[in-house]
Order: sequence, then structure tokens, then C-alpha cells
Amino acid sequence: MTNVERHAYDVVVVGAGGAGLRAAIEARERGMRTAVICKSLFGKAHTVMAEGGIAASMGNANEHDNWQVHFRDTMRGGKFLNHWRMAELHAKEAPDRVWELETWGALFDRTADGRISQRNFGGHEYPRLAHVGDRTGLELIRTLQQKIVSLQQEDHAETGDYEARLKVFQECTVTRILKDRDRVAGVFGYVRESGRLFVIDAPAVVLATGGIGKSFKVTSNSWEYTGDGHALALLAGAPLINMEFIQFHPTGMVWPPSVKGILVTESVRGDGGVLRNSEGERFMFGYVPDVFKEKYAQSEEEADGWYTDPDTHRRPPELLPRDEVARAINSEVKAGRGTPHGGVFLDVSTRLSAEEIKRRLPSMHHQFKELADVDITAEAMEVGPTCHYMMGGVDVEPDTAAARGVPGLFAAGEVAGGMHGSNRLGGNSLSDLLVFGRRAGLFAAEYAAGLGPDSRASATAEQVDAAAAEVLRPFGAAEGAGTGSGGDGSGAAAENPYTLHQELQQVMNDLVGIIRRGPEMEQAMERLTGLRERSRQVGVEGHRQFNPGWHLAMDLRNMLLVSECVARAALERTESRGGHTRDDHPDMDRLWRKVNLVCELAAEPPAEDAGAPAVTLRRRPMDPIRPDLLALFERDELLKYLTDEELDA
Amino acid sequence: MSSYTAHFKVWRGDADGGGLQDFQVEVNDGEVVLDIIHRLQATQASDLAVRWNCKAGKCGSCSAEVNGHPRLMCMTRMSVFRRDETVTVTPMRTFPVIRDLVTDVSFNYTKAREVPAFVPPKGVAAGEYRMAQQDVERSQEFRKCIECFLCQNTCHVVRDHEENKEAFAGPRFLMRIAELDMHPLDAAEETGLNRAASAQEDHGLGYCNITKCCTDVCPENIHITDNALIPLKERAVDRKYDPLVWLGSKIRRRGQ
Repeated sequence: MTNVERHAYDVVVVGAGGAGLRAAIEARERGMRTAVICKSLFGKAHTVMAEGGIAASMGNANEHDNWQVHFRDTMRGGKFLNHWRMAELHAKEAPDRVWELETWGALFDRTADGRISQRNFGGHEYPRLAHVGDRTGLELIRTLQQKIVSLQQEDHAETGDYEARLKVFQECTVTRILKDRDRVAGVFGYVRESGRLFVIDAPAVVLATGGIGKSFKVTSNSWEYTGDGHALALLAGAPLINMEFIQFHPTGMVWPPSVKGILVTESVRGDGGVLRNSEGERFMFGYVPDVFKEKYAQSEEEADGWYTDPDTHRRPPELLPRDEVARAINSEVKAGRGTPHGGVFLDVSTRLSAEEIKRRLPSMHHQFKELADVDITAEAMEVGPTCHYMMGGVDVEPDTAAARGVPGLFAAGEVAGGMHGSNRLGGNSLSDLLVFGRRAGLFAAEYAAGLGPDSRASATAEQVDAAAAEVLRPFGAAEGAGTGSGGDGSGAAAENPYTLHQELQQVMNDLVGIIRRGPEMEQAMERLTGLRERSRQVGVEGHRQFNPGWHLAMDLRNMLLVSECVARAALERTESRGGHTRDDHPDMDRLWRKVNLVCELAAEPPAEDAGAPAVTLRRRPMDPIRPDLLALFERDELLKYLTDEELDA
Repeated sequence: MSSYTAHFKVWRGDADGGGLQDFQVEVNDGEVVLDIIHRLQATQASDLAVRWNCKAGKCGSCSAEVNGHPRLMCMTRMSVFRRDETVTVTPMRTFPVIRDLVTDVSFNYTKAREVPAFVPPKGVAAGEYRMAQQDVERSQEFRKCIECFLCQNTCHVVRDHEENKEAFAGPRFLMRIAELDMHPLDAAEETGLNRAASAQEDHGLGYCNITKCCTDVCPENIHITDNALIPLKERAVDRKYDPLVWLGSKIRRRGQ
């Protein structure tokens, strides 16, 4: 068997963002020896990029708020494709998860009477987002990180070893879930710093790896977002759902080119920022869809009144759910009413004083000043849509976060599907991480504890050997194919991973982007197949020690698999809903609401048939929504989403 | 859009040694140093090692020294250099090199573990925490820290004095102690832990002679020296010599 480092834990958590750390805390508090594995340094996960806040119906800013209202907003935001049970658990448990952070040292902004302040956000009926200026994600990650350190301090006091029960393996990449027959047996991966290979034997694995944005050219996501958990789950035999739904955040920076896609927080609009086109028109009034007509202001006067008197005014249309705003901006630019750099104007300088902007939106102020020479206290920002969030993910049991079909595998956060339906509301991500991170940790711990030590198995030597060969192949490709003069002429030249990645990003951006068309997606499928074939020849230079070319070569496998899921599902769904907009099928169809598209790994295609699909797709009916939850809505509203038969059943 | 070719010198090597390597590389409008490093990876040196994540100054991963100045590469605009100026990028000097621009920053994680955690107040349930905005703001300033470790890298107590690393937590973690000391509800005192005294006795606060180098390099513009370290020193000294002075200063601060 290949020479690998070998460790054993009760629970392994892959990913150290909000969901992963919350899962790890829970598993450790339930007495499990827990390992956390992350690609970056501890505390650098993508969660730090979250800006606006954590949605939780604490009712601090408006006493009418409660979990039912939050549940309704979440279902509306997701166009009723959400798994209702997840949306229910999320709405009910979010306040406790936020308050718990305070007991671990978090310092949120306060209301006048000393409670946690809550701000407005798109799609939320009441001010609901707990926040710290516009750096809420940093507060979340740091609080969880510091809670982990405090647990390690407890363990140190008791055992003399900080890592006795909870260890963070930082800068490590997991490339395979290992199995014993149908059950999880551990993970295989490599240490980025040294290139050493390792196995962790564990009966329970929690995936908390985040999203897939790096498959797109214009994205707010960091390099880590390469769909690792999505691909790991698929390869382990778990299905993915809702993969056609990708959120394009309406406001990313558009200039300069090097920062194109970097997020501009929705708080700018929540705190009064307005969108205008190049003609100075506040265009969002023209883009309120029928399903939201009653809830949004029809005139600038009414919208402006809402900021001071929300009880007698309707909300400004800038605060529609993100999918609506992103499409509107896209249409304005396409119609020739864009800014010089191909965006629209977002202006908060006319609403708030310079001092107030610096207090409420400090990192936006800093980001624009430093990177774009724009002073947002005095002038408008230029913004446009950017690939931001993956609604789709591992098909999980709503209560336990257990992946269907693979005992011992759990998933939480962005890598899990179902919670957000076809579109996520701003602020619902951080609360999702905490609610389902905790549940995944809890049920992974219960599962591991329930297996006696005798019934634990470790992966076979063959599996480990195969995983090792897969990881090391790019070095062989470079030697075999001869990137220099010493090629043996046995095959094509080694492919450069950076080149393949750039081509993939271009394909996804152009052909499976914010507005989709059937023929373009068919073309995308072909291009993806070609890229997948070429990726087998990917080669890297240098050695295994901290080699980013090699790391990217590994991540490419995941991005290609996930991209195929996205393209395949998007081609299949012939309607427009949430984060999936079909130019050739522009309407929402109530029949499609009843259907989840499920992606699964195809049987291993024979080596010579590289053109065969890597994933297969099937339709699955949605679980009917529980009657007491349906009763929270007016029938008139439900008729926009549900069929008559569903309502009369 | 105008582009030009810049001359870069990038340190390449590992624990066994290395040196500056020359590159001619394209630069476009609006780019930052990290963009150029990425272009080198994609076109000339695929195995050039560098840490980065958010590319927006929020995660603190891409710390390095640019023309000798400790900086985040993602927040260093190319427009601050003349077009004919050589841009030299080297790894942070205080930490051992792993490879190229990547250093072993485990010193910081070790120090983080040595600072006792937040102690929640007894008898206050989750959801019952009440704090005034003006009281949380002092600690909030320190919680803006993105842990880029540039202050740790710059601080002369450890920059050229390996022997001080054992005893000295560094500005980032002394600031963490100040943050907890100023937290309105931290109950460490009730457990017998005097954070300010402990900063002095256990974490090397006395080594700091307030030259403000840490403050100068902080990409978050946190006033580490003025708002964290000096008040912490005052409290450590006050507590040591006169509990009434300490009490008085605490009351005065509250009133501000």
C-alpha cells in the first residue's frame, strides 16, 4: 500500500467556514474526537467575506417578527422550491444560534436598549439581520475560531494536549471520501505545504466545503470555492439536487478589471442605497414581478417614505430578492443604459451622511477607496451581477443533515442543497451555516457514537492506492508527455491547469451564466466534455511542496464535475425560477415547482469513451408541504406557486 | 486601457535557501501586486507559491513585503509604483520560509492558544446579553483584525530577535487581551484572572516600547498602540501599584 500518514478520529469535518466550525464545536461538545480539515489557514475561510449579517427573527428591531414571518420570506425568496422542513428548522433555530455566539464572545452592533441591532435586507419583511458593520462574516468566523481555541484550552487543562479532542488540519485538501462497502470509512487527502498524503479513518464525515463560484469567470468567491464537497459527495455515491440554481449577486464591483466580481454588500441597499441607470432613472420600479406586486412601492416617494415609516409605506424595489435585482441590472446594461464600465450606479451618498456611511459600511468605503479610487460618501459606485452562491448541493435529510444514500456522510452550509430552494435571501446564509452546521455535528456525533468500536471499518489498501495514484498523476503527465525537450512522443503535450481553468470559467460564464438558452447550454455540454478529456492530460511542473499548479490540477476535477451537473440540470429545467433564468422559457411554471432534479455519478465510463456523461440526471417529486406551514400563506399567494390540485389535496 | 511591462523581483526558495528571481511581466490598469503574482503563476512560474483567498483585503492571507514594506498584496495597487520601478516581493521576514512567498506562521496560532478565552458572565442566559453600543465599540475596533500577522511580522521585538518569541505574544495577541479586558461582559476577573496583569506577566507586554510600527502596517487601520497596548500598559501598571487609581480610571472611561 502507498505510504501515507494515517490518523483516526470519530468525526471528520471537511471545511472550516461557519458550517464546518459550528459542526466541529458540536461534535467535540458531544464527546467525539473531532478533526477539521481546511484548504487555507484556520480563520481564512470564505465566511469572512460575508458582509451584511445573520438573519434571525429575534424581533429586536420590529417586535412583529417571528419564525413564521421568516419562514414565509424564505419560501418566497426561494420561489417555494425550498425544502419546507429545512426552512422551518432554520427560521425556528436561527435566533438561538445567534444568541449563542454572544456567549462565546461575539460583539454585534447594538440597539438603543442594548440588544442586538438588526438591519433591513432584500426579501425580509422586517429588519432582521444581526450585524457588525459590514464585516459580519469576520465576526462569525473569529467567534467560532475562538470558541474552538477555548475548547482546546479546556482539553489542554485536562490532558496537557491542546489537540486531544479537537484538531485543525490546516492547509490540507481532501480528494476522496473513503468507504467500507456502502458506509463512510474516512477521507484521503494531501498536505498542501509538504505534498504528503494522508488518510483519516473515521466513521462520520461532515462536508462543509462551501460553493462552486470558481467555475465562473466573474465571481465574488475565493479560490477555495471549487465545488470540492459537491464532487466528493457525488464520487462517494451521494446525489446532488437543485444544481441549476446559482445566485448571481446583483452588486459586484465592475471596475477595475482586476476586482471585477468582488462583492458589494446588499447592506448598501438595505441602508438606503438606490440603483440608477446611465439616464439617471431609478429603474427597479419597472422590474417588480407579479408575485411581489403588492409588497413593493410603486413610486420613489413611497419607497423613500419606507425608510422612516415602514408601517404605512411599502418597501423600495431595490430590496427585492437578489435574483430579481440581478436580472434587472443585466437587462438595463443590455438595453444600452449601463455605465461606462458595463454596470449600473449604486448610490448611498445621497441618503446617508459621510460619517454614517463610514460607520455602517466601513469596509465598502475602504474597498472602493483603495481599489477603485471611488469615494462612496460622495459618489456612486458602479456595480453589476457576479456569481455568488450555489443553492444546489448534497441531497440531505432535513433534520439530520445526513446525505441520502451514504451512511456516515453529512453536509451543511452552501454544499448542502434544499434549504434555499431556487434562490437564497441575503442573510440566510450565515444563519444556515450555524443552524445546519450544529445539526450536522450533532447527528454525525450520534451516528459515530452509535457504532461500536468493533463495527468501525477502515478503507481497503486498494482504495487508498487508487486515491494516491489519482493525486500524483499530474506529475507523471508532465514527465510522460514531455513539457520540455525530453518528451517520449507517447501522447499530446501536457495541459496547463491554469489554461484549462480559464477556459472552463469562460464557458460557464458565457454559456451557463445569468441568462441561459437551450442551444448555448448544449454547446456548453460539448465544451465541458472536451475540457474533461483534456484534463486527463493535465501536467504540473516542480515538486509537491506547496505547488499551486498541482493544487489547481486537483481542484479542476471537482469544478468540471460540478459544472457538468449545473449545465445538465439547467438544460433540463425548461422554466425560469430564482437563480435559473431561461431566455427561451421565461415564465415560472407551477408544474416544475413539484420537481427536484437529482444529479448522480454515472457508472464509470470506459476509458476510451471519454465523451460519455460523468453525471446522470433524474426527476424526483418534491415532498408535499405540511398543511400547517401552508396555512401561514394566503391561498391567493399560494396559487402563484402551487397547482390547484396541490392546494385542494 | 493601457498596459505595460514591469520588472519584478520575486524571492523564490525554501527553508534551505533561495534568492530573488527576475521577471518581465504585463501590468494592466487597476491591477494590484497579487494580480501580477497570479499572472506569473499562470504564464511563467506555475509552481510559484503564494497564499491568498479573498483578494479584497478581508481575509489577511496574502501578506508579504513589497519593496521592503509589509503589505497585503491584494491591497497594493500597481499605480503606486513608477512604471520603470523594479517591484521586489519577498516573504514576511519574521516567520520561517516554507516556500517562495509562503511562510510558517504557526507562531501566531501558538500564541492565540495561550490567551485565555472569553469568560461568559454567570447568571446571564443567552439572549439576555445587554450592552451599549459605545461600550462594545472599543473591543469592536480590535475585532476588525483580519489576522494578516503583518504587525507580528513588523514588531522589532521579534523581527530580528528569535529569542524573544517564547516570551512575547506580539501586538496581535496583546491586542486580543486588551479586547477581552475591555469586553463589557467578560467575567475573567471573577475567576481570578486579571487580564492586564497577565498581559504584563505572562505575555510579554513589557517588551513593547510603543514605537507604533504595528499600527503603521495595519491594513485595517486599527490603532493597536494607542487604543490597545498603551491602555493595557496603563491598567497593568495601575493595578500593580494602586487599585483605587484603576477603579477611578474605569469609572472615568465609562462616563465618556
